[in-house]
Amino acid sequence: MKLSMMGVINLIHEADEMEALTANRCLATVPFGGRYRLIDFVLSSMVNSGIPRVAVFAHRKFRSLMDHLGSGSNWDLHRKQSGLFVIPPSMEDQTDFGKGDLYHFYRNRDYFARSTVDYVVIARSHMVCNVDFAKVLEQHRETGADVTVVCKNSPEGMPGLARKAKVNGAGRIVEMQDHFGRLDSDIVSMEMYVLNKELLLDLVDTSLAQGRDHFVRHSILSRLEQLQVHAYMHEGVLGVVNNIAAYYRHSMELLQPDIWRELFFKPGSIYTKVKDEPPTHYRSGADVSHSLIANGCDIEGTVTNSILFRGVKVAKGAVVRNSIVMQNGVVGENGSLENCILDKEVEIRPMQQLKGSIEMPFIALKRKVI
Amino acid sequence: MRKNECIAMLLAGGEGRRLGVLTKDLAKPAVHFGGKYRIIDFTLSNCVHSGIETVGVLTQYQPLVLTQHLGIGTPWGLDRREGGMHVLPPYVRQKGGTWYKGTANAIYQNLGFIERYDPEYVLIISGDHIYKMNYDLLLEAHKKNKADATIAVISVPWADASRFGILSVDEEGRVVEFAEKPKKPTSNLASMGVYMFNWKVLKEALVRDESDRQSSNDFGKDIIPTLLGDGARLFSYQFNDYWKDVGTIDSLWEANMDLLEDQPSLQLNDRSWRIFSASPNQPAQYVAPTAKIQGSLVNEGCVVEGQVNRSVLFYGARVGEGSVVEDSILMPGASIGRDCRIIRAIVGEGAVVGDGCRVGSLEAEDIAVVGSGETIRPEAELKEAEPV
Repeated sequence: MKLSMMGVINLIHEADEMEALTANRCLATVPFGGRYRLIDFVLSSMVNSGIPRVAVFAHRKFRSLMDHLGSGSNWDLHRKQSGLFVIPPSMEDQTDFGKGDLYHFYRNRDYFARSTVDYVVIARSHMVCNVDFAKVLEQHRETGADVTVVCKNSPEGMPGLARKAKVNGAGRIVEMQDHFGRLDSDIVSMEMYVLNKELLLDLVDTSLAQGRDHFVRHSILSRLEQLQVHAYMHEGVLGVVNNIAAYYRHSMELLQPDIWRELFFKPGSIYTKVKDEPPTHYRSGADVSHSLIANGCDIEGTVTNSILFRGVKVAKGAVVRNSIVMQNGVVGENGSLENCILDKEVEIRPMQQLKGSIEMPFIALKRKVI
Repeated sequence: MRKNECIAMLLAGGEGRRLGVLTKDLAKPAVHFGGKYRIIDFTLSNCVHSGIETVGVLTQYQPLVLTQHLGIGTPWGLDRREGGMHVLPPYVRQKGGTWYKGTANAIYQNLGFIERYDPEYVLIISGDHIYKMNYDLLLEAHKKNKADATIAVISVPWADASRFGILSVDEEGRVVEFAEKPKKPTSNLASMGVYMFNWKVLKEALVRDESDRQSSNDFGKDIIPTLLGDGARLFSYQFNDYWKDVGTIDSLWEANMDLLEDQPSLQLNDRSWRIFSASPNQPAQYVAPTAKIQGSLVNEGCVVEGQVNRSVLFYGARVGEGSVVEDSILMPGASIGRDCRIIRAIVGEGAVVGDGCRVGSLEAEDIAVVGSGETIRPEAELKEAEPV
């Protein structure tokens, strides 16, 4: 069913502490889960929820983003009308990079105005989750809220950087602070804001006219008293992935079958760019356990407690433990990895040994030969 | 419309009767192969890599699954504004209309389609075989020989020669004799069912063949022998790589097992010659702490908790804890419960094998087959293929 809602995946000033992993790409295209990019989760959620029109507001380092999204066909978003719109930053000069997202929203207000839908969901790319936005919209209409924020109750805390919210008995958000704030609450904001399109355009104009240019801080947080801002509590899996600790931890969580099943299949499937890799070849001598293995791998060595992306080669005698090896990585004969994250196309020469710690995994930059 | 030098006509109506339950609901070209593919993916990918971008796919028997798989040719990059892939089922005309009577008749009924592209050459291939071949090299040889038709051939063991169309050739490779499934073969060069024709020659031969009421309208039985009898320039083109007709349960099983060698003669992991297929879009496979996988191909979406040796697991297959899967093929979504023994077996798409089952055995002569969507109750024992 088509939903009367359009989607925005807002990449402008996303909180990013991913170090080397975002040296040459934006947070949205950080590889995750053996074959995905972070943006696939929210994008697939939008598609599965029946949202027919999605804009991605790109900002910096978006070459990999353009390559990954293409025409949107992998998400069924290559449509005659609607579909996927990748909107590059609108800038007169370099200084505009520093301006807040509202400035870009304003410059692209045509994108909102041209659509006939009533609602907008504004989201970020780094929330690893599988959300049904139809349910969020349903609650939004039922409560009559001005803004509904998707939140997650997380008593055990999260390593990622996320805003926290305080919610009253009626489900209204009474206080919300940036990740460095001292607000004492278990409720984490998933940075997905559902609101009426007209209200959004009003907030954009008004906030900018007041000399403020940051959507969440200036249009939402400073108006918690005027606006009815409600929380929608997400029950499924959530990983806020914007620093290395969170990346490593939420990646490794995928080795729990319950989380694997829930994240990738419920309520819908997660889509990504198709690569046409053959099935993975386990040769005689391969010893793989408790791992997530993507297609196109060629394994002759030992892999334990690890994630191999598409096209990774693990040679004879090589040992990979507690590690993440991204696309086309090669671990040479008798090489060994422990607590490492190898970016794409890293080659570990024969006999080489790399070791990081669980708290601080060793990270190898893209295309390094070690 | 831009002129096409060479277009391909892909015969995909094969019933594949000898594949038994595996072709109950689908045509032979749609049968699964190699953990991820359907048989037809190989010929379609060959076309694309050979620079042939107009392909007519002739469907007939059980087209539902096949047509859904093909779509508009997107997985092969054949969804083109000009040319691209066209599915060509038999259709009704003003004066009736018939099923495709034979391979030649199928092409004859689509003369109109070919004429629209006005090609110099027409490549006739079938969606029943597993091989990687550059048809452009075949076309080059065809041109060099100034041939009317060129037939791709492969050397087969003499013992098997009587199962194929066998060609005798002179030292230049010109065909001097052609015999369809001869009792006493005089050569071991088998036709691969891959023909390159000059379109003018083929068209004339098809029209003539159609007017012959005695003809079975088949390329191997009628068109090639007639052309040969007329003294047309028929040449052979020797192909020396992997080629397999997977027409029986045994050969399908064998061809899958061929992929498991450490240096397989058919290399699927070949970046210069990718075999494209419709993506099932499943997450990376999960290998549990209790799992042990050796000498096998495992595709995305699988969950393996048991032991897998020398087997091919298609997307979404599951192997429960304590189970052993050996020398077997698990088709898409096949689910094996706990403590099962699956030996020398093919478990069909979506089949569910309950806990503690035994399917197939080392001693049994035949490969055990569990049909698509079947459910085997726990603790059952199934030794051989069920008769269809």
